[in-house]
Amino acid sequence: MAAGMSRRTFLKTTALSMPAATVLMGCSGEDQGETAEYVFFTAAEAAFIDAATSRLIPGDELGPGAHEANVPGFLDLQLAGAYGRAERWYMKGPWPTGTDQQGFQNRLTPAGIYRAAIADIDEYCRSTYGKPFATLPHAQQDDVLKGLEANKVKLRHSPANTFFALLWQNTQEGFLADPVYHGNRDFIGWKLIGFPGPRYNYVGEIEDYGKPYKMPCVSLAGRHPDRSIRET
Amino acid sequence: MARRRDPVDVVLVGFGWTASIIAQELTGEGLEVLALERGEYRDTVPDFAVPHIQDELRYAVRKQIFEAPRRETLTFRNNRQQRALPMRHLGSFLPASGVGGAGVHWNGQAWRFLPQDFELRDFVEQRYGKNFIPEHMQLQNWGVTYDELEPYYDRFEYLCGVSGQAGNIAGIRQPGGNPFEGPRRRDYPLPPLKRSASTVLFDKAAREAGMDSFPCPAANTSEAYLNPLGVQMGKCTYCGFCEWFGCGNYSKASPQTTILPVLLKKDNFRFRTHCDVVRINTDTGGKRATGVNYVDADGETWEQPAEMVVLCAFAQHNVHLLLLSGIGKPYDPETGEGVVGRNYAYQITSSVDVFQKEILNPFMGAGALGQGVDNYNTGNFDHGPQGFIGGGYIALWNTGGRPILQHYLPKDAPHWGSGWKKAMRENYLTATSIATHGSVMSYRHNYLDLDPTWRDVYGNPLLRLTFDFQPNEHAMSNFLTDRATDIARAMHATSIHPKPRKGHYSIIPYQTTHNTGGAAMGDDPRTSFCNRYLQAWDMPNLWVMGASVFPQNAGYNPTGTVGALTFWAAEAMKRYIRRPGPLVMPS
Repeated sequence: MAAGMSRRTFLKTTALSMPAATVLMGCSGEDQGETAEYVFFTAAEAAFIDAATSRLIPGDELGPGAHEANVPGFLDLQLAGAYGRAERWYMKGPWPTGTDQQGFQNRLTPAGIYRAAIADIDEYCRSTYGKPFATLPHAQQDDVLKGLEANKVKLRHSPANTFFALLWQNTQEGFLADPVYHGNRDFIGWKLIGFPGPRYNYVGEIEDYGKPYKMPCVSLAGRHPDRSIRET
Repeated sequence: MARRRDPVDVVLVGFGWTASIIAQELTGEGLEVLALERGEYRDTVPDFAVPHIQDELRYAVRKQIFEAPRRETLTFRNNRQQRALPMRHLGSFLPASGVGGAGVHWNGQAWRFLPQDFELRDFVEQRYGKNFIPEHMQLQNWGVTYDELEPYYDRFEYLCGVSGQAGNIAGIRQPGGNPFEGPRRRDYPLPPLKRSASTVLFDKAAREAGMDSFPCPAANTSEAYLNPLGVQMGKCTYCGFCEWFGCGNYSKASPQTTILPVLLKKDNFRFRTHCDVVRINTDTGGKRATGVNYVDADGETWEQPAEMVVLCAFAQHNVHLLLLSGIGKPYDPETGEGVVGRNYAYQITSSVDVFQKEILNPFMGAGALGQGVDNYNTGNFDHGPQGFIGGGYIALWNTGGRPILQHYLPKDAPHWGSGWKKAMRENYLTATSIATHGSVMSYRHNYLDLDPTWRDVYGNPLLRLTFDFQPNEHAMSNFLTDRATDIARAMHATSIHPKPRKGHYSIIPYQTTHNTGGAAMGDDPRTSFCNRYLQAWDMPNLWVMGASVFPQNAGYNPTGTVGALTFWAAEAMKRYIRRPGPLVMPS
């Protein structure tokens, strides 16, 4: 890393110009989780994301959830990068409303949708419960999420169910994508379901019908993606 | 003003499967051939190397190797009463960008169509009578027969090293193969792939349900294979990253793994990447193509003169280019006249998810590792009593178990929260899904034209797609879904979840990249853009490859037929070169 360049600045710069798999090379293990410095999210947004994803995939008796898997860190880099900017999408107006079959017709990028929706939801929570989403009890957080999913909570900038669908899709991605993208830390998501990662060769096992596959998880960066990141 | 390049004998628009085949065949005739590809250069190493390529997020979810709608997309509406709106990100189908085209990211499901598919109008009229055909269904014969295409199917299968079990060799039934297939001259080049746990379950259940189960034809190599061009392919490792990925193992047939190692060494072949063809040029009388205009990576426009122009882009892009170039009469659904944009079709898919107790290890798979039944494809059963035309196969494809997009949860599973986690844990390793893959006929009001509002990066009008599923297709697909449900029940599952295709066609969920039509082949210039050799009726040095020539779509994946038609057209081009002119005179 260039001398005099803070880690945060480095992440900001690289997140805008490189794929996420490259970005994580400049990142240390201590940067993740609750002490993370975020590239895209403000502190208030990060608090919302951490709380919301922790309800969508909670830590429970089956094991750790979205928080422990660093789904918020995953979302942060995704929204700071090409996906957040809708870099590959067709974003020219005009913007008339379409039918349900005509798909996404929102002039906001995914990053824009998150930014606007989180502010709207926190405003809704303050006016309804007197507190932002992140500080509500779990039961009330669940009620808000259900209201978003069913499009019963009205947001100013995007349909609530559009945002909910995006958040839920991206949360699953952060829980189940290769750890090189910062989520699925310690293979939490893959261990839950039994996916061994990109193992490449099953010629010797595919006909072992009914037998569990015993090999441990691997990432695109090997068995210990976090360790290899720190050493890079 | 476009700067002018040195003329070539043949210019190919696009550099995927069809361009690679045409280039290989015509360079063999001594012609100077140039391919213009809008995307980037890609090869097995380094672009598809393992494990880099086995990245579900980057490729399957973020769709890194497909076309970017920002540069080129289309607008869509279900019917002419609606305003078409841009497809802003990819969903229902995934055209490629880059060398190898969709041949890089397909699964390798390498079917032949049935003999009656090519003479569908005759077949339906003879078996059920003219009155059986619904109003506005534009059923057409292809102008070519299965028997004529058979040698070319064979060439494509041997080029690719297709793994499979023949069902009919020269009219003699072969045990274990598809008993309904048209006669083939010889066996598949390779034996079937190994079976996975889920395909074994399907096989047993399909037989119990009284159907004829067989291993589906796979352009994934079950053994090491040396193809007729001398290109070596490696044995598939069942890594489960085929569709939407390139193959890092030289096991999935693609231009890169079957043709390019030979083609790229030839002195009379060249290609240019990041070159977007924006127009086909013609002489002043409009009787002859004189080449193409393209825009390079620096935004500069070039004129590329050529003696022959061959459109090898993805199906709807060929049609878009014809419309932008003002070649051929655009189709008008009001009058039913015109041919460019006519007979757009698609496929209709459905599935039945199966939840049971045995560990299936779904991540051990291959793109075309499947067990199927063909009892309910077009002519294989009497669909008269059902009142519909067409049909499709039912198969269990064990393409992989990629966790973000390839997991199945019971209908009553919670959508999120602890209940979702529990359902994921309980079902990921043990659930599977049966697919149906149904034909879609062509209709008067399903078509392609130019959009009046939205434009691409070059300021050209986007293509406009007007399409919806019709009652005939829903009836057929519901019938297939019911038969798939019969098989699912015989799998002794804990629960099953049939997912019929309901309602209007939607651009949102992925269904299939089997878009067809818009520049149909046929035997009548009033209803087809090109003749039976894929040569434009009105412009004998212009040719159209790919699924854009299908008059309607069949109940199989199209690549095998696209490959066969391309070899068939290449043979015709060789005759044309010796004696230029129309190969068919309109009667």
